[in-house]
Amino acid sequence: MIPEVGTGALLVALILAVYGAAAAAVGGRRGRPALVESAQHAALGVFALLTAAVLLLVYAFLRFDFSVRYVATNTNLGTPFYYRITALWGALEGSIVLWAWMLSIYTLLVIVRHRTSARQLYPWVLTVMLSVVAFFLVVMTVPAPVFARLTPVPADGRGLNPLLEDSGMITHPVALYLGFTGFTVPFAFAVAALVTGRVGDFWITTTRRWTIVAWYFLSLGLLIGGWWSYHVLGWGGYWAWDPVENAAFMPWLTGTALLHSVMIQERRRMLRLWNIALVMLTFSLTLFGTFLTRSGVIASVHAFTQGSIGVFFLTFLSLVVLVALALIAWRWDALGAQGELDSVVSRESAFLLNNVLLVAATFTVFFGTVFPLLSEAVRGVKVSVGAPFFNQVNVPLFLSLIFLMGVGPLIAWRRASLENLRRNFLGPVVIGVAAAALFRLLGVGSILAVTTLALTVFVVATIGVDLVRATRARRRLGERALPALGHLLLRHNRRYGGFVIHLAILVVAVGVTGSQAWSVHTETTLKRGEATELAGYRIRFDGLRESQESNHGKVTGTFTVVGGHGAGAVLEPAKKFYPQEQSPIAYVDYRLGLVDDLYLVLGDFASDGSHATVKFQVNRMVSWIWIGGLVLTLGTVLAVLPERRKAA
Amino acid sequence: MTRSWRYLLPLTAVPVLALLAYGFRVNPRDIPSPLLGRPAAAFVLTAYDGTSMDLAALRGKVVVLNFWASWCYPACYEEAPVLERGWRAYRDRGVVVLGVDIQDKDEAGRKFIGDFGLTFANGPDPAGKVSVDYGVYGVPETFFIDRGGSIRVKHVSAVTDQVFRETVERLLAEPVPAR
Repeated sequence: MIPEVGTGALLVALILAVYGAAAAAVGGRRGRPALVESAQHAALGVFALLTAAVLLLVYAFLRFDFSVRYVATNTNLGTPFYYRITALWGALEGSIVLWAWMLSIYTLLVIVRHRTSARQLYPWVLTVMLSVVAFFLVVMTVPAPVFARLTPVPADGRGLNPLLEDSGMITHPVALYLGFTGFTVPFAFAVAALVTGRVGDFWITTTRRWTIVAWYFLSLGLLIGGWWSYHVLGWGGYWAWDPVENAAFMPWLTGTALLHSVMIQERRRMLRLWNIALVMLTFSLTLFGTFLTRSGVIASVHAFTQGSIGVFFLTFLSLVVLVALALIAWRWDALGAQGELDSVVSRESAFLLNNVLLVAATFTVFFGTVFPLLSEAVRGVKVSVGAPFFNQVNVPLFLSLIFLMGVGPLIAWRRASLENLRRNFLGPVVIGVAAAALFRLLGVGSILAVTTLALTVFVVATIGVDLVRATRARRRLGERALPALGHLLLRHNRRYGGFVIHLAILVVAVGVTGSQAWSVHTETTLKRGEATELAGYRIRFDGLRESQESNHGKVTGTFTVVGGHGAGAVLEPAKKFYPQEQSPIAYVDYRLGLVDDLYLVLGDFASDGSHATVKFQVNRMVSWIWIGGLVLTLGTVLAVLPERRKAA
Repeated sequence: MTRSWRYLLPLTAVPVLALLAYGFRVNPRDIPSPLLGRPAAAFVLTAYDGTSMDLAALRGKVVVLNFWASWCYPACYEEAPVLERGWRAYRDRGVVVLGVDIQDKDEAGRKFIGDFGLTFANGPDPAGKVSVDYGVYGVPETFFIDRGGSIRVKHVSAVTDQVFRETVERLLAEPVPAR
């Protein structure tokens, strides 16, 4: 029953989405509000049907309905309750359902928010949103039917990929997809602006918050992905420049560029063409990411199973890119700049440089990602591009970006005078240089680490200078220090939200720097009762024990910290043996700390428990990366709050 | 940019899109097996029906050695009828099909064989030794072994009628090696 009802719901949703897209377009063109309203109802219907499909699938998972192929492939009778729900997006077909469902939610929100506020653009926005939903519904119907039947019905299912049985599995894809799909909104507005010829600044101010929200979720998705990699995969790292990580990182880079360049357009009426192009590029890159993960074109740890789905995605991607470029060409004259760059030493040029660097980083990541393909096409040679390439080209770009993070917010618009530069930057530069000397004296050997940390101090100092000055100004008006600071943050929430987000990025940067420069690890075989030492930690191997879990067997090692910091703590890394997997899955145990993470991975062991090999890592400052995520959340909330300045 | 030239703008995206399209023609996972041309590792397994599956005893025949599991959808479900058809068509011409069920529960494996009515020899690999010897990375994988006992073709993913027929015909056409 479930397969038929589900397939039916998706088919009706597809018809409604196509109808809605067409009705909104015709309604917008002919100025017939009734049609647009009808399209709205269609969008509502699409949302309801997709919600029903999602619920139906969850129901099938909870009931172990193995007549649904997707259920049989992604659960078995031993799969715990919790993962039977997350199995919904554990593989290709379900992830597309989740994607489309989120998109339908965004469409609903756009309807609620912009039905009346953006009258001219609105019908076309609706058309674009529904068209994208329709595409995903086509994917769900033809190449990746989530409700496909399985005959004969097997006695038990295959089970979820064990690596996905983790709490990160609930948050990582959800956040990532909210980010990916969120960029559809600015894209829809950009297309609407081009189609209607209203390429002024309205669309960009309207979509600013949407962009921030999408960008935030994408950032969160990336960070949670890092966390998942760190505590599940057992290699002690959080980022590997894997093609699929890159695919999520590229729209993040262009999205970041967009958040900055928008400000120049709002303020100086410049960069219209650039902004439109950035929005198009960002959305195309989200599609490219989906294409990459689901087509099997490039080998990656994240890849879903393959099939004809890649062709669908590439066709849609091509359509989007070609139509977007054609629209831009059509409105070329209207996209010309009205303002001009007055001076190289100005905020505009700092932002411009920021954009150039971010796009350059995007390009290098893209190049590195598709290079294996290029090499095979041109030379017929299989190659893989690893982390060294990406690090080498991106580290200088990112360092420059951190530097600009300090310059951009404080330097004057139009033309910075020497006085402006001295007033804003003399102090922070001195502090930054002093910090570099201090770090050096403290024994920080790596030039890269010293540079990053000194630049961080410089940026923090610029933020400090700004805050102190602004607070002082309010105090002169009679406010006390703390309330003055509070008012400042709330009244100028956009600016200070931005600052807080900058701080978050700095915290992440310090975490990355610290973990790269100072983490240490060793791998050693210990007899029972024997101890080993690393970086002031001493751990003892106390033995192994075997256990049978609902869907796998497990061998757990017990290690006690016997000396140095954290004495007394017991860590229990394990190996899990899943019947459907060829090789065992490592279960990492760790103790997180602000500076040190203790991190143990169980390697080979003697079956009698007499000895075991353990990978013992002391990872430095990794927690800062996760803390950065929290700060980022604060900053985003501050930045998207309604602006109070006018009301005050 | 002049008025007419700007309409060439969309063309700039074509090379990148073409490159991505080229990607469909290559398989990044297609890593050649080092076992090709090497003698197939001998094994003796007990089939589900209690008979013995001894590879060494099959020298002189073309052997289609298939690794599968009952939890492997959809590929194993697609190829099970293909293998059965192939076995029926070629059994009289000196071709043997062997199925090795890996990482599976006995009961589920038996149900699979019953559901598809498989008549060629199928047995479990309880210790996983055979799949390790053949470097099986995932299921299904199928090895075509010539009459001299060498692995000649490794096929990853579901075997199709065409692949079965063409490979087996090719190996049958080769002269029988002197023993």
